[in-house]
Amino acid sequence: MRRAFTSLVGAVIEAWQELRVHRTRVLLSLIGVAVAVCSLTTVVALGGIVQQANEELSERQSGRPASLYVSAYSNDGAPVDSSTMDATWSETLARYDIDFGSRVMQTTQAVPFTTGVVQVQTQAVDQPYGEMHRVRLSEGAWFGPDDEDQLAPTLVVNQIFWERLGSPDLRTHPTVELGAQGGMPGTTAVIVGVYPVASYETEPAMFMLVDHLAAMKAASSTVTVEDPYAGSTQYEMWVPPAISEQLMEIVKRDFSSALATPGGGTGGIQVDVYRQDYAQYGDDPFLVTKLVVGGIAVLVLLLGALGLVNIALVTVKQRVREIGIRRSFGATAGRVFFAVMMESVVATIAAGAVGVIAAILIVQNPFTMDLVGQGLVSDFPPFPAEAALLGLLAATVVGALAGLLPALVAVRVKVIDAIRY
Amino acid sequence: MSLLELRDVTRTVIPPDQPALTILNGVDLTVEPGDRISIVGRSGSGKSTLLNLLGLLDMPTSGLLTFDERPVKSYSGAARDRVRGAQIGFVFQQFNLLPGRTALENVAMPLLYAEGRAFWRRKRLAAEMLEEVGLGNRMDSMPDRLSGGEQQRVAIARSLVRGPRLILADEPTGALDLDTGSSVMQLIDDVATRTGAALVTITHDPAIASRARDHFRLDRGVLTRVDEVELATASEALS
Repeated sequence: MRRAFTSLVGAVIEAWQELRVHRTRVLLSLIGVAVAVCSLTTVVALGGIVQQANEELSERQSGRPASLYVSAYSNDGAPVDSSTMDATWSETLARYDIDFGSRVMQTTQAVPFTTGVVQVQTQAVDQPYGEMHRVRLSEGAWFGPDDEDQLAPTLVVNQIFWERLGSPDLRTHPTVELGAQGGMPGTTAVIVGVYPVASYETEPAMFMLVDHLAAMKAASSTVTVEDPYAGSTQYEMWVPPAISEQLMEIVKRDFSSALATPGGGTGGIQVDVYRQDYAQYGDDPFLVTKLVVGGIAVLVLLLGALGLVNIALVTVKQRVREIGIRRSFGATAGRVFFAVMMESVVATIAAGAVGVIAAILIVQNPFTMDLVGQGLVSDFPPFPAEAALLGLLAATVVGALAGLLPALVAVRVKVIDAIRY
Repeated sequence: MSLLELRDVTRTVIPPDQPALTILNGVDLTVEPGDRISIVGRSGSGKSTLLNLLGLLDMPTSGLLTFDERPVKSYSGAARDRVRGAQIGFVFQQFNLLPGRTALENVAMPLLYAEGRAFWRRKRLAAEMLEEVGLGNRMDSMPDRLSGGEQQRVAIARSLVRGPRLILADEPTGALDLDTGSSVMQLIDDVATRTGAALVTITHDPAIASRARDHFRLDRGVLTRVDEVELATASEALS
């Protein structure tokens, strides 16, 4: 035990002396490793951010895993009773303690701007929708839990909408008139938030709460009659993926039961509960991205390792005499093997640490975040610990592999021949 | 009790596509503690191979090689390395100091393979050894800043720092001028006498060889004991 300990300490001292004596060569050879580890770690970390961006984009469009959609339709084309649907929906959320559920209606609202009245695409949703679809805001806030109780509807509008109003300060509670047409007064709505738009969007759009829309409908017929989407409601809930399959069955059963005719039949009403989020098929939708990123990373690392092996082999050839001298003074073959390996591993771990730090500086600076995120990422992931660990692990493995060949060469040195060499 | 003994030792190598080549043939040699032995021989006579065997760096093809009266074959490779490190000190013609390390680090190097107090106190022991060879003022000097004689003194300090019982000197003055070589040999003799170590010197130099008490000539793999007169004749033939 004592011998093993002194051997270990001795090998580390030898390795350190060797690194110190040949620091220029070591530094030059390790630049390649540091760059390789930095590239590997950066690629993995950026891959994580790109994946996060893709996920968030998918989640904005079709909800987070697992998002269940409920729809009901009659076989004869007659409309399904919306009040029964709404009531069943509320009961279902309460019964299964589901916090994130939202009705979604597509409609349009007439909004007067300085350039004239525009039919603005409107999504009427419930308050949890913002969290469920990762709605990002550039100004103000998403609807609050108490907004449904406000007498005046609240709106979250897009950047174009807001700019057409002259970008008013939201702290002044700017308002717009909804549905004011033909000299008839509309409903005054308060803008509470502004969301950014993608570059391809050119028209104003907005969110409002379903309950406010319903209240407006009840008060006056402000919903555009020719709107083809008016009145069609989607019901969406965000539940843990692990129970989503089971929940789909239960929710379908509950809705079918609630919509059944008094005689016990379903009266030709068909209920569908289905998933529509990106993870619905169970396969990893970002597998290709991961494979491409991983492939590039491995390639980069291999190139770094090859450079290191090359230099290490040449170095050992130059160190044959030194190894012979050490052997003649009692260094065992195992000790020589371990010391040469240790030199490589110690050096590459140091280079790996430098590479990882450089990768963190590259990935975590605002310029890179903007460049990679393309404005799509709201929850920028912290620097992935697994990327840093992978970088260090890769450096260690590369060091061990790069040290293996030279170490094998070193133990095969014929001592007296080496000394007289 | 013998320190090192070779009995009818043969060493044969088989070069590629050639018949077996006998390098050493029926070598008998006994080294007792405190012995002074010189071995002279031409290039190609088998001196390196004999040095390999004496230094436990190689194994005989046949015959018996013992260290402390224990057959060397019974040692594992690592045990042989440890015995070599602890019991045998090498002094080389070309000094073979490690470049880029100070004199102190060079002398402390063998102690990296020691255990216990010798390992942990290696710098102090190395410093004491350098003082002993008269280089107390050059401890932090790099080898390329030392003269040939100083380098060989560092090499001697390195070979003696673990207190070996056998010193193998391979042409120890071959790279030194006459005066320096003489003083270096005197130093090796003195230290060996003080520590009671046996000294085996392989050399071309009759003056160096004549310092020993027992003389041998190695010719075509055969080791023969020679007296002072024969040594002078052999040395003349070599030169």
